[in-house]
Amino acid sequence: MSCCAPGVEAALQLANGPGSAEELRLASRDLGDGTFQTDLSVPGVHCGACIAAVEKSLLALPGVVHARVNLSMKRASVKWRTSDTPPDLIGALQAAGYTAHPFTIETTAGDPEYVRLVKALAVAGFCAMNIMLLSVSVWAGAAGGTRQAFHLISAVLAVPAIVYSGRIFFVSAWSALRHGRTNMDVPISVGVLMAFGLSLYDTLHDGPHAYFDAATTLLFFLLIGRTLDHLMREKARSAVAGLARLTPRGAMVVEEDGSRRYAPLAEIEPGTAILISAGDRIPLDGIVTGGVSDLDRSLVSGEAAPQAARAGTQVQAGLMNLTGMLTIRTTARAEDSFLAEMVRMMEAAEGGQAGYRRIADRAAALYSPMVHLVALATLVGWVFVTGDWHASITVAIAVLIVTCPCALGLAVPIVQVVAARRLFEKGILVKDGSALERLAEIDTVLFDKTGTLTSGNPRLVNAGDIEPSAFAIAAAMAAGSRHPLSAAIAEAGRTAASASIVLDHVSEHPGCGLEARSGDLVYRLGRPDWALGEASESVADEAYSLVLLTMNGRPLGRFMLESAIRQGAAETVSALRRQGLSVEIVSGDREAAVAALAARLGVEHFGAALLPGQKVAHIERLRRDGHKILMVGDGLNDAPALAAADISMAPATAADIGRTAAGFVFMNESLSAVDEALRIARNANRLVRQNFALAIAYNIIAVPLAVSGHVTPLLAALAMSLSSVAVVANAMRLGRSAPVQWPARSMVDAGSGSHAVGAG
Amino acid sequence: MSYLALLVPVALLLGLAGLAAFLWNIRAGQYDDLEGAAQRILLEDDDRPLQDPSDNS
Repeated sequence: MSCCAPGVEAALQLANGPGSAEELRLASRDLGDGTFQTDLSVPGVHCGACIAAVEKSLLALPGVVHARVNLSMKRASVKWRTSDTPPDLIGALQAAGYTAHPFTIETTAGDPEYVRLVKALAVAGFCAMNIMLLSVSVWAGAAGGTRQAFHLISAVLAVPAIVYSGRIFFVSAWSALRHGRTNMDVPISVGVLMAFGLSLYDTLHDGPHAYFDAATTLLFFLLIGRTLDHLMREKARSAVAGLARLTPRGAMVVEEDGSRRYAPLAEIEPGTAILISAGDRIPLDGIVTGGVSDLDRSLVSGEAAPQAARAGTQVQAGLMNLTGMLTIRTTARAEDSFLAEMVRMMEAAEGGQAGYRRIADRAAALYSPMVHLVALATLVGWVFVTGDWHASITVAIAVLIVTCPCALGLAVPIVQVVAARRLFEKGILVKDGSALERLAEIDTVLFDKTGTLTSGNPRLVNAGDIEPSAFAIAAAMAAGSRHPLSAAIAEAGRTAASASIVLDHVSEHPGCGLEARSGDLVYRLGRPDWALGEASESVADEAYSLVLLTMNGRPLGRFMLESAIRQGAAETVSALRRQGLSVEIVSGDREAAVAALAARLGVEHFGAALLPGQKVAHIERLRRDGHKILMVGDGLNDAPALAAADISMAPATAADIGRTAAGFVFMNESLSAVDEALRIARNANRLVRQNFALAIAYNIIAVPLAVSGHVTPLLAALAMSLSSVAVVANAMRLGRSAPVQWPARSMVDAGSGSHAVGAG
Repeated sequence: MSYLALLVPVALLLGLAGLAAFLWNIRAGQYDDLEGAAQRILLEDDDRPLQDPSDNS
């Protein structure tokens, strides 16, 4: 079995090195008496052997008193007791072959809402089933005292179902009514309460009919829908939360006396000197005071090419420090830094989603006044014709029960749950049901460039033009560097590299390139001016990044690199255009790079060098023109735009706040997820409409029967169950095609390495 | 119909017992990790149920 096979080393670059002990301490919860609890997200656990391996390696650490893996959530909960430093949990797991990162404390408290729903469902199920059993005997002909006794028992059983389980609907209906709105829960609450009240009255007055079964089964069915809906959202939420945090929790502060201390971000005042080692993200805005390095700005500004940083360079929170150690002096608090600024813009922009009214609520707004009107008209009509108040009320309530939107209440959630499962199988997480509805309505797609249309990792374009010997030298030099351009050259030159090349003293000059010596030959691989040892023209306007290999200042090879287009990007863009959607690129990168990509993908409209605020402004302009917008982006600078669009998607590699803002998160490398999600959302939307049509058709048949006074409790129960089953069966058609193995599994594991399979 | 007076309460009590057991299961955390529970039966050394860490080795 490949259950524990190492994942494809793909794009998801998890945690930047092992989290430091101090960071772990910050992520832990103090349980008192010196015990701490730490929750770790371990995406690599898949089977029993993994559980054993993880728990064993954690328990082997000194100080760890308890370790328990939750396989469903892919988490490990560790309790440890120690005097000074926390045990190296993450290091121990890494040694065992599992990547892990600390999990935020807030999200580990369990899910009270889910527990409440399941308990309500259990109570409603127990009551409804028992009442139904008693009702069957009544339908079968129980009469006189027996029927009376059964009705009384049913009444007693119905009370907990109505009071405990029904509360969920009553609270929601009441809060909607108080705000002058109406939702699906209003007709449900009215129907259930009226049915219960009338049945109670009839039971106490020896009436032949009681609708306790209808009222409680209704609650039971609706709670199933609601619980499924909640489960789906929870699964997506916890999967997203399980991804690595890209922003650090704290930073290494250098005190005035030169001592170092790890401090939480919230405590760091402006003017503090902090150390940032290679491979870490910069946690706060600041100015570089010491050190030289290259900065990857792709998540922050959308610029693909790394930039050199030296003393005096302004840096924003979220930049990745690539090659050298930097000291920066902070200029802003955590709550004033670039990241926080983006969060504020997101909150300001959140008009696209808040203003949306769900299909079910829109239907309810039409449906519930109509139902109540028909019931009232029936009552007035019957009183007018027969003059018998009790008979009239009975008929009017029968109308309410029959029209009670059991099918409507299930019609939407069941389709959305099935659709979310289909998406999950394809590695796409959907945050909530309304996201699917909003996605189905879009007519414009905006893509961010860096990290979304391109995969962020550069690719060598002119491999064929480079002399093999030069290529081999360059590949050998680049192999040890973590600069993205070096990594691309090393990757492309893997075949060309040969063992015969002996280089000594390969050294990295941050901001410039790599230098190596072989005897008295000096090789340089890096920026053209530096490699040639002289100033030369800038190449910033070109679509390609240029890297030069020189020997003693004499050029040996020119390497042209560009950002690799994300897999499936071209197909997705053309598929979207075929469907009549307009496609645009909005990027913070340079004009030339964006234009080149737009031309290759066949996109006519694009915006380059856009600031986050300009992206939002563009979206709002389009929205004012009546367009419905899907925004696909990954960076910090995209986050406000993701929040401003009607619906948004982000890759799993996106910045934390981008993933939070997006309605969909896709785990796969391929951009075809966009097309896929759109297709499923549209299918789901069609099924929802079909379900509404089914429910309405059922009403067209049932309402005349009810109005004319022919609906008995048996008929009501039958009709209700039939319509629910029809709606659920229709929804299942969406999940019919063969399930696909979730491809994201290998992605989430990226880096989980090659741990032993044979444990246990 | 005197047998009903016995059978109906018995049926209801059995149902209630099931409901109570289910609610207790939820509270005890037995549904927290269904996949993990399925896999743990294959492990040799650890077949104890969830326990309070304070009285644990």
